[in-house]
Amino acid sequence: MPAVRGDGMRGLAVFISDIRNCKSKEAEVKRINKELANIRSKFKGDKTLDGYQKKKYVCKLLFIFLLGHDIDFGHMEAVNLLSSNKYTEKQIGYLFISVLVNTNSDLIKLIVQSIKNDLGSRNPVHVNLALQCIANIGSKEMADAFGSDIPKLLVSGETMDVVKQSAALCLLRLFRTTQEIIPGGEWTSRIIHLLNDQHMGVVTAACSLIEALVKKNPDEYKGCVSLAVSRLSRIVTASYTDLQDYTYYFVPAPWLSVKLLRLLQHYPPPDDPGVRGRLNECLDTILNKAQEPPKSKKVQHSNAKNAVLFEAISIIIHSDSEPNLLVRACNQLGQFLSHRETNLRYLALETMCLLATSEFSHEAVKKHQETVINALKTERDVSVRQRAVDLLYAMCDRSNAEEIVQEMLNYLETADYSIREEMVLKVAILAEKYAQDYTWYVDVILNLIRIAGDYVSEEVWYRVIQIVVNREDVQGYAAKTVFEALQAPACHENMVKVGGYILGEFGNLIAGDTRSAPAVQFQLLHSKYHLCSAATRALLLTTYIKFINLFPEIKSQIQDVLKSNSNLRSSDAELQQRASEYLHLSVTTTTDVLATVLEEMPPFTEKESSILAVLKKKSGRMSAQEAQREARVQAREGNAAPATEKAQNAQLKTKPSSNAAFPIPQLNNSTSADLLGLSTPPATQNSIQSNTGVLVDVLGDLYGGGGTNTHNGTTTPASLSMSGATDNIKKFVCKNNGVLYENDIIQIGIKSEFRQNLGRIGVFYGNKTSMPLQAFNPTVSVGPGQQGKVTVQVKPVEPSIDAGAQVQQLVNCECIEDFNGLPDLTVGFTYGNVPQRLALHLPLSCNKFFEPTDMNGESFFARWKNLSGPLQEAQKIFKATGPMETASIKTKLLGFGMQLLEGIDPNPENFVCAAIIHTRTQQIGCLLRLEPNRQAEMYRLTIRASKESTAQILADLLAEQF
Amino acid sequence: MMQFMLLFSRQGKLRLQKWYEAHPDKVKKKITRELISTILARKPKMSSFLEWKDLKIVYKRYASLYFCCAIEQQDNELLTLEVIHRYVELLDKYFGSVCELDIIFNFEKAYFMLDELMVGGEVCETSKKNVLKAIAAQDLLQEDEIVEMALRDIGLI
Repeated sequence: MPAVRGDGMRGLAVFISDIRNCKSKEAEVKRINKELANIRSKFKGDKTLDGYQKKKYVCKLLFIFLLGHDIDFGHMEAVNLLSSNKYTEKQIGYLFISVLVNTNSDLIKLIVQSIKNDLGSRNPVHVNLALQCIANIGSKEMADAFGSDIPKLLVSGETMDVVKQSAALCLLRLFRTTQEIIPGGEWTSRIIHLLNDQHMGVVTAACSLIEALVKKNPDEYKGCVSLAVSRLSRIVTASYTDLQDYTYYFVPAPWLSVKLLRLLQHYPPPDDPGVRGRLNECLDTILNKAQEPPKSKKVQHSNAKNAVLFEAISIIIHSDSEPNLLVRACNQLGQFLSHRETNLRYLALETMCLLATSEFSHEAVKKHQETVINALKTERDVSVRQRAVDLLYAMCDRSNAEEIVQEMLNYLETADYSIREEMVLKVAILAEKYAQDYTWYVDVILNLIRIAGDYVSEEVWYRVIQIVVNREDVQGYAAKTVFEALQAPACHENMVKVGGYILGEFGNLIAGDTRSAPAVQFQLLHSKYHLCSAATRALLLTTYIKFINLFPEIKSQIQDVLKSNSNLRSSDAELQQRASEYLHLSVTTTTDVLATVLEEMPPFTEKESSILAVLKKKSGRMSAQEAQREARVQAREGNAAPATEKAQNAQLKTKPSSNAAFPIPQLNNSTSADLLGLSTPPATQNSIQSNTGVLVDVLGDLYGGGGTNTHNGTTTPASLSMSGATDNIKKFVCKNNGVLYENDIIQIGIKSEFRQNLGRIGVFYGNKTSMPLQAFNPTVSVGPGQQGKVTVQVKPVEPSIDAGAQVQQLVNCECIEDFNGLPDLTVGFTYGNVPQRLALHLPLSCNKFFEPTDMNGESFFARWKNLSGPLQEAQKIFKATGPMETASIKTKLLGFGMQLLEGIDPNPENFVCAAIIHTRTQQIGCLLRLEPNRQAEMYRLTIRASKESTAQILADLLAEQF
Repeated sequence: MMQFMLLFSRQGKLRLQKWYEAHPDKVKKKITRELISTILARKPKMSSFLEWKDLKIVYKRYASLYFCCAIEQQDNELLTLEVIHRYVELLDKYFGSVCELDIIFNFEKAYFMLDELMVGGEVCETSKKNVLKAIAAQDLLQEDEIVEMALRDIGLI
């Protein structure tokens, strides 16, 4: 048993020895339980227990706790120790409390008084104990109790230095729980001036406090900048003997230097040229010292010196204003990249990531590309390799993308499992971002799937499909490449998914070659079918029905597969349903219908890659700094996709999932008959946009009774036709799906899709009553505003709706030219022999034929200027009727159908949009600017359109939406 | 700000834990378990830094004992290594060639010394001399108390 210093507690030492001598876990537990029983009985029974014994037992409990056992008594005895006048008893009491008592414990109330007494003690060691305790477990309650005492201790001339140090950090803790604790006014300057204190320990402690205060209120504490700079300057220029014990392995005051540099990073470079010059001198000196030969071979010397250096580099990057310093920093880090210390290589890679985002040092960083790639190959530590991957990602630009992506792909083959997924995301993002030739992009993604298929998340393969669908030039190549990839004997299921989807859409483009003839394509895909999961099989079934449309010659072959027992009677309901419905579809419909249903997918809305969002979510490292980096990269590339758009991205996911490709209603849904009605490609731009929070599930909502307006079934037809309908129709200007009208008898839902100049509106009539609706006859007619400008074809419906049933009516429409107003929808029926007539409107407005158009600022303004004819512009100024929230405004504008162009208007509060209206005769370019004035609660809306009259129509429609 | 410091042996036994951020005991145990197994699995030449959740882990082994600190994103890794080293130096000076056993038997002293070096997760006093002076003063008080107790026991006061 080693000597116990000061021979405090023999009993404790004996107990610890006993525990260490236990041969087994059981023996240890037994010994501990015996001791716990002993202590418990002492605490309970022995009234004569003196302070020393209490201290000893509390200490034993602490030891038992540290061994990992739970301690549920002894707290009161520890609290008693606080009021002992013996220092060591008090000290053990405080130790027990700071180790075992949680911030929110009820005990806090009990100890507050003891702490208060000690804070007021004339003995500084007692004061210090109390302060350290608060700094450990400080809570809001303590902030309330001591909020006035501690600031006084901190700045009083009578307080000893050592107490001041604890007081500063104690106050910091309380400030973190309760920000109001710091008194303002004259205190600010007194706290700031602690930076001038003679005692380095006081300055060190105070600096942490000031940093936290500055973070909260930089303006109030601005005065600290010049003090911090001069203090830093004195340290940096000091010789190591000047600071005596605050010199650490020949480095003068490294902790204080780092804290000061950190503090200064909360401010932009100082305005005062003198201060700024002095700071730059300091940074210069620190960089110079890094080149000097080391004063000691000890790692402590190099660590302390480099700690200051990295903090200096960090402030240089943060200011991002001194090209000379940035490049020097980069060169210094470059040296570290091949340093023998792993830690330095790690930090150099990490810090260079930030340098790569500065326009001044981006090129300098790129010089080290080879070293970084080498690190990827040779580093033995996965965390260092991870940093190398990060840096390659950060330094990637158009000039080196192909090489970096290739290297990352090479590395991926042998990469650690822990970082594969993130690497896959990074490669996918880089390939997309810097693709000049999309065949290259397709190759990269297919390689990713081949090399690391398990790590390719859904977002990645969704994305490649989105891009292929949207880019005609790459479709043939993609089809050919996936066809080849699928020929590998073992290919990843993700490859089958991508292959299945792409061949289903674009297989016809390679069908001319006999080697990839329709039957060959089909057999190739089907050879994988039985090895795949149900989700992939479902996707393949959809591919097969698309094949029937694309290649009628293999129809019977495919029908055989659909007919096979394993599909038609599959235990998987989804597969069974798809097989049987597709089979019937192929048997019963004409080729025309089939061609319409299985039309090629329309382009997906161009949105920022959803992969980026996944990457951010995945890597916890995406800190504020990282976000800043991201912003800088984008600024550098003139890529104006601001962060807000990313948030929307989550909502606007455009997933070509196997379901979305051909939605199958749920089995339990009584309306599954609408499969053929509305399930043509749902991914038209408008329906995607309507996902932004306004989607009402027409089918699900139908019997929910969540009607907006309920009417008594016996009211007269005239009154029925009035309200309820008008309210909802307005909302449909900015949405495509939802409940159009509802009363006690009937609910009318809308699901609509538009593409180019064509549209298809599904109107759902649901009978809410227990009686059938007879003589049911809905009609649509165009009004004067639309006559000849829009055509509407209505499919007839059955003349009665059974109780609780729903019927659907399809309306096909085409826009001939821009039109005003909405077509009428008149719904007539008899309910309980009472004739009813509802006069509604069909939600078909001119803006439905919008196609969102992306453009940069330059072309926006050029076009805006071009459209300067008097009738080309319409302007409206109107009062806001709802809250003027950015998010909801955006939702409306997107729902309106236009592309929101962010970062274009010099005023970030304003919104600008662009879109094209497709009509049969022409395309009408439209630009929009919406300026909210939040003080006045007004909007000014300006729309310019290439066709006269259109602007006014659109302005009238949109103005009512806010 | 440092969030916590753990001392554990090569066998994975926790020897000291200091938490500057409050967590329920269950969470503390989970974090401790996870970190101990992660760090023990690492090879000697690897870097001393790890990414862990949104924290940075800095660790270093001294003989049979691992010192492991969790710091926040903006904190300086290299200097945290030197906080550990300064702490080891203090222990070494106080115990005279400190070993794991010293820390087991005198865990309360190890805590007191850490409380002088760091307060509330921030470095408070970096001067070795000043910290040792404070600890020596505490020991003096302790000795006075022992003498007083002995005198009281034999009835002299």
